[in-house]
Amino acid sequence: MGAQILGVLFDGFAYGMLLFLLSVGLSVTLGLMNFINLAHGAFAMIGGYVTVTLMNYQGWPFLASLPIAFLAAALVSVVLERTLFRRLYKSDPLQQVLFTIGLVFVFSAIAAYLFTTEIQPVRVPEYLRGSFEAMGYNFGVYRIFLIVVALLITAFLVIGLEYTRFGAMVRAAVDNQRMASGLGINVETVFAVTFALGSGLAGLGGALSIEIVGLDPSFAFHYLVYMLIVVAVGGLGSIRGSFVAASLLGIGDVAGKYYVPELGAFLIYVLMIGILFFVPLGLFGKRA
Amino acid sequence: MSTTNDAPPQAVATTAQAATPHAFLAAQTRWSVFEVAFWLATLLPFFLFPTYLSLASQIAITALFAVSLDLILGYAGIISLGHAVYFGVGAYTAGIISKYGWGEPITGLLISAAVAAAVGYVTSFLIVRVQHLALLMITLGLAFIAVELANTNAWLTGGADGLQGVDTWNVLGIWRFDLWGRTAYGYSLAVLFILFIVARRMVHSPFGLALRGIRENPVRMPAIGAPNQRRLQKVFVISAAIAGVAGALLTQTTNFASLEVLGFQRSADVAIMLILGGTGRLYGAIVGAIIFMVARDQLADMNPQYWYFWIGLLLMAVVLFLPGGVLGGLARLVPARWRKL
Repeated sequence: MGAQILGVLFDGFAYGMLLFLLSVGLSVTLGLMNFINLAHGAFAMIGGYVTVTLMNYQGWPFLASLPIAFLAAALVSVVLERTLFRRLYKSDPLQQVLFTIGLVFVFSAIAAYLFTTEIQPVRVPEYLRGSFEAMGYNFGVYRIFLIVVALLITAFLVIGLEYTRFGAMVRAAVDNQRMASGLGINVETVFAVTFALGSGLAGLGGALSIEIVGLDPSFAFHYLVYMLIVVAVGGLGSIRGSFVAASLLGIGDVAGKYYVPELGAFLIYVLMIGILFFVPLGLFGKRA
Repeated sequence: MSTTNDAPPQAVATTAQAATPHAFLAAQTRWSVFEVAFWLATLLPFFLFPTYLSLASQIAITALFAVSLDLILGYAGIISLGHAVYFGVGAYTAGIISKYGWGEPITGLLISAAVAAAVGYVTSFLIVRVQHLALLMITLGLAFIAVELANTNAWLTGGADGLQGVDTWNVLGIWRFDLWGRTAYGYSLAVLFILFIVARRMVHSPFGLALRGIRENPVRMPAIGAPNQRRLQKVFVISAAIAGVAGALLTQTTNFASLEVLGFQRSADVAIMLILGGTGRLYGAIVGAIIFMVARDQLADMNPQYWYFWIGLLLMAVVLFLPGGVLGGLARLVPARWRKL
């Protein structure tokens, strides 16, 4: 029984870390520009398909494909941001939502055209497969790998945001965009760089998630909902909030599917609505 | 507005100005030539496309649904990604009462409207509390919960198989629902027209003006003595009731209801139609529904994946180049002196 609970916690936490990687960029960019970017899931999908292409068609090793997945998603996102998204920062949220949903439709259709609607197989290397037993439970090596990667990136993000000049500029812009630009911070550039970084992390998350959840053209839409839950519950622009919300969502989802499968995703949505009802800005949110 | 007629002392001095809002609203309520022509044109399918009347009735129903969304989105500024919840509640209510022995269509509509309004009232407490992303997430969450509930309570809704055995009686005891959709279109069109007039009257009333005030500046309205919450709840409940009627119409004209009536797809499609036609002008909802539904019918052979490719491109183009939708674009082409004919 104890091992079972430990197992659910472990799997849930690993899943939560995946969700954290996928959504942290969205949280920061939403906090910066208030731009509701529903295409974030599509950037994650790009990362996934880049990894699939490199591994299955070019014979690249798994680990070498990950940085490329990051770069590809970052590049596509920054090009879109500079050419299209920036026109919509002043539009009302519905225009932003519909524009980026349109983008998701287009990306999903392109993915279906290029890769068919089949689930893409990926073989992770031997040393990341299998599991080992401790305290009566089998810990999957890949999930440990996921957790380590996510924790490293979290540490990197926190240090980058708290102790660097650029991090200070991002924090200033999130807190008060007008004041920040009044002080001579180029908010647009800060935003473009943050946007590329956040989308790159989504791309990395997309590549890492293939082994756990599979990859098909509906990925962008399906996981978008989870990303938005993490962002809304955690609070905009808060790394800590995203981390906590993603862990809760991951553990809650795995535990729910394990113990009360008949409720399905019901529990998650009720919890989300409950939290947002009492704290509309999210658990760690500063402003809407 | 009757309160201003009681004329407290300080209002007497400003009678001339106080008359202006009335004149403003009255001028907006007047029917223009375009509107009359538009509604006469809705009768054309009976003569020109008698084989497409089923589609025409689907369009009228979808247009009514889009009008209900326009009331909250275009006028009150409440963005919803889950408006199909109320459409679905209406659809299932009409189906269930008909299945259990009461197939009279008009009372069926009224009962469905009441049930959808009740659900709308309960959920409106959640809706008016939040804005921006949290609002999107709450409406989305409600939509998923509704699908989940309908799916698991299969004893009532038929679950994934859909609601079988719906039997709708003749309209007013006279017109049978025929195979070609003559009755279906006439009936849906009549309901659309009546509720459109109600909605039109409402948005041109002081209440509608207050809603537009909230949309434009939610902080200022309470500051000038017009609290937001009750007004937003009121329009939300009305909108839910109209969406419920649209859903009930769909069940009655097709004698079937499935989980799809509640789905996210329907919520997204109706938002797309509204943006396409233009928000905040009621006719935009109808025009958007016509364009969307006709295009989908014509391109029905296309693989749905590719259909959404074009919808995606269209959405992006409309948002970038035609922020007011098709009607907003047309309105700019019409010279100002023609607009109020």
